[in-house]
Amino acid sequence: MTTPLVLTRRMTEHPTDSHTIERYEATGGYQQAPRALGMTRDELVAMVKGSGLLGRGGAAFSTGLKWSLLAPARPAYLVINADESEPGTFKDRQLLERDPHQMLEGAIIAAVANEVHHAFIYIRGEYPKPARRVQAAIDAAYAKGYLGQGIFGTGYDLEVTVHLGAGAYICGEETALINSLEGLRGEPRLKPPYFPAVKGLYMQPTIVNNVETVSDLPYILEMGAEAYAGLGHPLDTGTFMTSISGHVNRPGNYELPHGIPWGELIYEVAGGIRGDRELKAWIPGGASAPWFVPGVHLDQQITKDVCVEAGSMLGSGAVIVMDETTCMIRAAERIVRFFAHESCGQCTPCREGTTWLEMVLHRIETGQGRQVDLDLMLDVSDGISIGLAWPPKMTTICPLGPSAVSPIISLRDYFRDEVMEHVELGACPLERAEAVA
Amino acid sequence: MTDPVKITVDGKPMEATAGEMLIKAAQDGGTYIPRFCWHERMNPVGMCRMCLVEVDTPRGPMIITACTNPVAEGMVVDTQSDTVKKAQEAILEFLLANHPLDCPICDKGGECPLQDQAMSHGPGESRFVEIKRNFEKPIPVSDLVLLDRERCILCARCTRFSDEISGDPLIEFMERGNVTEVNTFPDHPFSSYFSGNTVQICPVGALTAKPYRFRARPWDLTMVESSSLHDTAHPRISIHASQNQILRFLGVDNDATNHGWLSDKDRFGFQYIESEERLTSPLVNRGGELVEVTWNEALDIVANRIELIRDEDGGGAFGVIGGARGTNEDAYALSKFALVVLETNNVDARVGDDLASHFLAATVDRALISDLDDADTILVWGPDLKEEHPTLYLRARRAAQELGVTLIVVHPRATGLDDRATHKLTYRPGGGFALLDDIAKGEHPEVSQALAAGKVVAIVGQACHADGPKLAESVAALARNKASSVRILPLARRGNIYGALDMGLAPDLLPGRVAIDVMGCANLSQSWGEISRTPGRDTRRILEGVEAGEVRCLFLVGADPVRDLPNPKVAVEGLEVAEYVVSIDLFLNDSNRSADLILPASAFAEKEGTVTNLEGRVQKVNAIRPGPGQSRPDWSILADIAERAGRPLGLAAPETIAKEISEVAPAYTGITWDHLEWEQRDGAVVPLSGSPSIRHIPVALAGPRAPRAALTLHVARTMYDDGVLMRQSPSLHPLAPGAVAHLNPIDARKLGAQPGNPVHVVTKQGEGEFSVVIDEHTPAGVVYVPFNQPGGASLGTDPVVRVKAVGK
Repeated sequence: MTTPLVLTRRMTEHPTDSHTIERYEATGGYQQAPRALGMTRDELVAMVKGSGLLGRGGAAFSTGLKWSLLAPARPAYLVINADESEPGTFKDRQLLERDPHQMLEGAIIAAVANEVHHAFIYIRGEYPKPARRVQAAIDAAYAKGYLGQGIFGTGYDLEVTVHLGAGAYICGEETALINSLEGLRGEPRLKPPYFPAVKGLYMQPTIVNNVETVSDLPYILEMGAEAYAGLGHPLDTGTFMTSISGHVNRPGNYELPHGIPWGELIYEVAGGIRGDRELKAWIPGGASAPWFVPGVHLDQQITKDVCVEAGSMLGSGAVIVMDETTCMIRAAERIVRFFAHESCGQCTPCREGTTWLEMVLHRIETGQGRQVDLDLMLDVSDGISIGLAWPPKMTTICPLGPSAVSPIISLRDYFRDEVMEHVELGACPLERAEAVA
Repeated sequence: MTDPVKITVDGKPMEATAGEMLIKAAQDGGTYIPRFCWHERMNPVGMCRMCLVEVDTPRGPMIITACTNPVAEGMVVDTQSDTVKKAQEAILEFLLANHPLDCPICDKGGECPLQDQAMSHGPGESRFVEIKRNFEKPIPVSDLVLLDRERCILCARCTRFSDEISGDPLIEFMERGNVTEVNTFPDHPFSSYFSGNTVQICPVGALTAKPYRFRARPWDLTMVESSSLHDTAHPRISIHASQNQILRFLGVDNDATNHGWLSDKDRFGFQYIESEERLTSPLVNRGGELVEVTWNEALDIVANRIELIRDEDGGGAFGVIGGARGTNEDAYALSKFALVVLETNNVDARVGDDLASHFLAATVDRALISDLDDADTILVWGPDLKEEHPTLYLRARRAAQELGVTLIVVHPRATGLDDRATHKLTYRPGGGFALLDDIAKGEHPEVSQALAAGKVVAIVGQACHADGPKLAESVAALARNKASSVRILPLARRGNIYGALDMGLAPDLLPGRVAIDVMGCANLSQSWGEISRTPGRDTRRILEGVEAGEVRCLFLVGADPVRDLPNPKVAVEGLEVAEYVVSIDLFLNDSNRSADLILPASAFAEKEGTVTNLEGRVQKVNAIRPGPGQSRPDWSILADIAERAGRPLGLAAPETIAKEISEVAPAYTGITWDHLEWEQRDGAVVPLSGSPSIRHIPVALAGPRAPRAALTLHVARTMYDDGVLMRQSPSLHPLAPGAVAHLNPIDARKLGAQPGNPVHVVTKQGEGEFSVVIDEHTPAGVVYVPFNQPGGASLGTDPVVRVKAVGK
């Protein structure tokens, strides 16, 4: 397999200084933003639509379509979502830290395409080094006249402001992020009426794009929409960054074309399971995604549609691999605890339901489980995500609550026996095994 | 108006207004969708998720919250589907999972939306076997309100109210997720004048009010609807009592006035009615000692005295002050009593601090409160509405904040509306006329422009005592001059003052907004017999007459001029030498303590009748129980005295008095109790149609020049003070600011005044010691002293003031 390196080429070829403006310019950087300045909004939107680029933040929504929905009121704002907080995801960190100018040039293109004169980069507070690198990149770009008044010698003004988050997962949700940016509580807004493209930051039309998404933009301009679309899978174009972690021999970030099978990712790219143990399950797209198991999904292609059809999602590209020593109850408890802790508390089902699920899972794991508990958890989950359908029928404002239901669905589908074993044994059967190992 | 939108709810076709939320449209169409967080008078938050319904979409049925989704043409809604029922049961089970279920000892039990909807829409039992969430409880969030965070379901009604409606964002959500709680910020209690509303709208028993806590169960309460008299907008209330004891007032949603909201003074100010110090028997002064007598004795004493003085000196020897605390029927009886029995026009319901009677009662183009909603510009030049006119404050605030109305506020210091004001002008006390001249000359173009644009409502009153009675009318005249369309709301703040003036309780008015002139007197004579055609004395001149011995017999009817006059010297000195003083009152006060005869009156909620608010809206007030002891309504006391003094008034009951008012008082033609009781609970604005009552055109009057002084004095009223009704309301009286003088930090530094330390304040008309408050909201060069405070001396109306730090 030949990997078409796009986003990670510079950092791979020049590992020591890929983050500097000198290296960026010496390797073809800041050539595309001036071109974008010479294009109309319609041309840019059409080009990005044509490239088939889907948002890389998790929702996989067409970037070009998102741009085309921007309401006509001005000023409009651009917000780069660098609040990478989905458990298991660490790809944006690398893009910010190792190639901040690539993201910045993409941000300039996105700003120009959307008639934006003030862009914000919202970086999670736990990312001090990426934030420093991004701020240094911005300062360098200002010094060169690529940001500020009259960028690249044109009459176009663009200010860029970095803002650090304060440690809430929910602020990765675009409307909660906007609230946080405005200094309000990090809580998702109601849709309707607060669709960011219509009423976003400061109630003005706002485009919120992920770091990886905008980082792709200079290459779409450089190679053209069609050539970009030719990378990867016809329905899921371009490359994608995956963060693979867990019980594999070579965890890390990999840039891959869409469409390769899961088995290839786990066993070839990531070097297989540590200690040659058996693969038990993996999370295909961040903690919010229902799990996949080897007997069913190993040969399936990694594309959005195949994944959704199989009842899960690619999400933010975070793959967490679990081997045979993993207790699935404990894994589920850990994930549900995360969501319960990160619930903003607005919606009753999420606020109360996620904690309830966590409590029940904890009881089962510690030997206090009852025969009725799995059905109880499924019914509680049903109250958060009616019918436990995929994609979920939410009873909440945002998908955080329904995300907490994913591990419960996975337990039902693939690990019912393991739950019952816990209940019948009055203890975790894997604890002893682990102790032995 | 846009065309109605057609929707289908559970198969039933309905018409809805474009843009309104589905939950409201369904409710108006007869389908109740359960809810906790949604409140008709606040913006939706969609947090509780109780109102989930299914709507048809091209992609199949979709589950949405009815409170956050506006209706759309052709919308097909299912509120009963299996999915909806599953969601409703789930939400209730979630809400109850951590709820303490202490309903048997909860004040809300029996009137609790959570209880009710758990029964109507809940699953019936809980499967939650884990340990519930615990919080310390209850915690006081203010002097009046307690919070139980375990009962709280986090619906954001209280936080939204304080932020969006009252403008006191002092309670907020803290923490997140499962440990989210409502709380106050450290060292910032929820000290809002409107805190009680949060208790009323709380859908569970999380917020409770100290005056009502643990005092009753809802099913034991009897209730009547009425209108509060603490606020001259007369917000609609319902009065709740158990075993003849009044226990609470709740706000009733009246579209025309209060939208259901009440100030804490209106809500908790009922306590005076239950005071142990209420007068329960007639008292006669025998050598300085007040001795209980029977009504027979008391009535004979006063009747004989009236006959004696009337025979010797005629009607000019009588004076009547007060009458603004009762009903229109009481005021009418008093008016008739003064003219027919006492033969005098020396009668005044204003206690020295009000605008001209004709302006207050009968200005042309008088505004309605609801005019604030569709105004283009609102001008508030007068008192801080938040302190003195809470209902107007909330409406003006809403107009500026939600409806985009331009708001101009003019006041000597900061007011509660400043944060929503488009333009704010300040002036030094005594400098109001100079500022008015400047505006007339066009020196404040932004104000001139706002006044010239479209519909203007001018709310005018006395911002401070130094303004005097003429400034407000001159402001109204200016507004009329500048604006193409202007409506005017002249402000007065005493109970039923507008009703009292309409009943003729002013030296130059007869009942029904009629001037004392040949025509007016001739018309009234047809029903009342021959009456005096000479305009009488106002309050100040009555008291001067008392002091000079010209007014020999003074009636104080629910009036305490020693406390209420801005410059009370004349009252103190007059009452000291008065020949004969009769007081009809609820309490002993500083003015009637040495009266010759004191007659116990019934209070609000102890008598039926009508009242008239500041826009001229007549509403019915009702009795929930009789007064204590031998207390009686004013009208019946007056009718009995008249009978014994040989001039019977022919008044037998409030309802027949009301009928007589509608026949005798031109502005009240067509007002009937039946209508007010049934068809028009929101009240009716008088006059109903063209009537021969007067229409006063505001005139610009000359005023004093701005004083040249280093410091000027701003004396203004606060919501809580040392007035007799507040003194008898134990929950509210401690909230009065006390004897304080507010100084700008610059002045404080110059004077060497330290916060909390005493300063000596001297004017031409008074002096006293006040505790210093350093206050950036008071401009440099201005000293702000709240009026009539516990322990505070009266400083008069002259703005020139000297301040000295005590001990310097």
